[in-house]
Amino acid sequence: MADTLSAPPTTTAAGPATRRGGSRRFAVRRVRKRLTHLLLVLLAVTFLSFVVVDLLPGDAAVVVAGDNATPEQVQQVREELQLDRPVLVRYVDWLGGVVTGDLGRSFRTGQPVVEALAQRIPVTFEITIIAQLLALLVAVPLAVYSAYRPGGLVDRTSMTIGFGAAAMPTFVFGMVLIVLFAGGVSSILPATGYTSFFEDPVENIRSIILPCLTLMIAEAAVYRQLLRSDMVSTLQEDFILMARSKGLGPARILFRHALRPSSFSLITLSGVNIGRLLGGTVIVETLFAIPGLGQLIVQAVFNRDYMILQGALLFVAVAYVVINMLIDLLYLALDPRVRRDA
Amino acid sequence: MAWTWLGAVVLAAVFAPLLPLWDPAVPDYTAVFSGITPQHWLGGDTLGRDTFSRVVYGARASLLVGICAVGLGALVGGFLGMLAGYFGGRTERVLALVTDVVLAFPGLVFIIAIVAILGSSLSNLILGLAILSVPTFIRLARAATLVVAQREFVLAARAYGCSPIRIITREIAPNVVLPVAAYGFIMIGVFIVVEGSLSFLGLGIPPPTPSWGGMIAGGRAELLNYPHISLFPAAVMFLTVLSINYIGERTRKQFEVKESNL
Repeated sequence: MADTLSAPPTTTAAGPATRRGGSRRFAVRRVRKRLTHLLLVLLAVTFLSFVVVDLLPGDAAVVVAGDNATPEQVQQVREELQLDRPVLVRYVDWLGGVVTGDLGRSFRTGQPVVEALAQRIPVTFEITIIAQLLALLVAVPLAVYSAYRPGGLVDRTSMTIGFGAAAMPTFVFGMVLIVLFAGGVSSILPATGYTSFFEDPVENIRSIILPCLTLMIAEAAVYRQLLRSDMVSTLQEDFILMARSKGLGPARILFRHALRPSSFSLITLSGVNIGRLLGGTVIVETLFAIPGLGQLIVQAVFNRDYMILQGALLFVAVAYVVINMLIDLLYLALDPRVRRDA
Repeated sequence: MAWTWLGAVVLAAVFAPLLPLWDPAVPDYTAVFSGITPQHWLGGDTLGRDTFSRVVYGARASLLVGICAVGLGALVGGFLGMLAGYFGGRTERVLALVTDVVLAFPGLVFIIAIVAILGSSLSNLILGLAILSVPTFIRLARAATLVVAQREFVLAARAYGCSPIRIITREIAPNVVLPVAAYGFIMIGVFIVVEGSLSFLGLGIPPPTPSWGGMIAGGRAELLNYPHISLFPAAVMFLTVLSINYIGERTRKQFEVKESNL
């Protein structure tokens, strides 16, 4: 259907139309190749987590049954949770559930895993995305201006600050923010806790300001550095000279002509970071007492709540895979050169 | 400046037992929460242990974890990356799969699992961090190998009938070592931070062994009343990582210029 749409019967349009059809087919082939690879990754990750979880010392049945349970009760729990069956059988069983959207129930609370994830994921997602947007909002203008005037005041100042920021561990920066804004010097923001946006939008914004700032600072530093160096080399290309000789202003050249071809590494890294942060904001979540996905995962490991852990790891792996594929497709959309080399 | 600071930290860490310091594990009850005094240069912590001494001993743990984990990861990842870059084909696809699996698995969960299965110790922490760093080194070494493998001297060695292992170790490795080492140096700084973060969560080097992250975490409860307990180890960690990043960046830049002049 794609081909009939993009190939109108006029002979004049045939040239570009067939090329576009070809690139679309190329995109489809690329997606299919990536999909098989990523499906393998997903299977490997979920199986690996099953094995790792199985190797964890401490019997889940004992933990779930409680301290005062008799051996018979432990045995009963073990059978109820089907822990007496081999890993491979449980894995295949679990996979079957996943396909039908059933991730099982928490060993501890009996809450469906899907429900637990649905509570935690939006929290982590909100913080991650807002922190990423803030980082880009700070980094892109600074990087563009730094590349426009390399060695200038903005370039040198932002580089020095960025260098310091990149060397600061997240939890240290978070602690500094708490001392500054939540108790030490002034207490205008809450130090810990999280309020849902739907309960109280204002309180929600207030509760995520410090966590988001903590997450964004180091990212912004890295992004600025990356985009600046890519942009400096783009600005030396012939088409920039061409644009200047056409009499275009610096703002238009920088943002319309130079930013797009310079943004590849930035997009890659940003995507990788979103994927990484979805499972890795534990430190910020612990520091600010935010009930997110990272805390859920760590608690599940300590509580031997395998079903929760499996579900959470599945989500993180799927997110990583999907984001990787979106980035791959974004390349195709952003740069015609990628579309052409098959 | 960066070299001086880093040199001082490394020397202090290496010769810590020979220095006239307080015992880092023995509390001095008169020094609980104390500020800077002539006896305790950086004050005492919540138990009255000498902060200066603990910072020096903490450097041993932090540097050891950083250097060993990076060394191990660079060695394994570098070798696998060269294999992937040189042979391509199926070798490359399998390694790409392994890389993606490790990257898609949350690092923290992996470390927790390693510590839970093998026990909480310095060497297990190093092992876990090393495994996590392998994919990045594979990608880096692979990219560098792809470039080198095109060069004439590799072709010459192949025409001469050298075995692939010999070509990789003798012809390719010397050219891949530099970019891997430059990146590895920066990774030491990253791992010092990661170790700190893990200790902060209570998952790092087990107490009573002093580590920077553990010390920062230890002062967290008294953060608003006695910020200096967390502040001093945090500052030392910050300066050390800053020095490593600065030196790494300088080395990388020099290296880049050489590449483009070729």
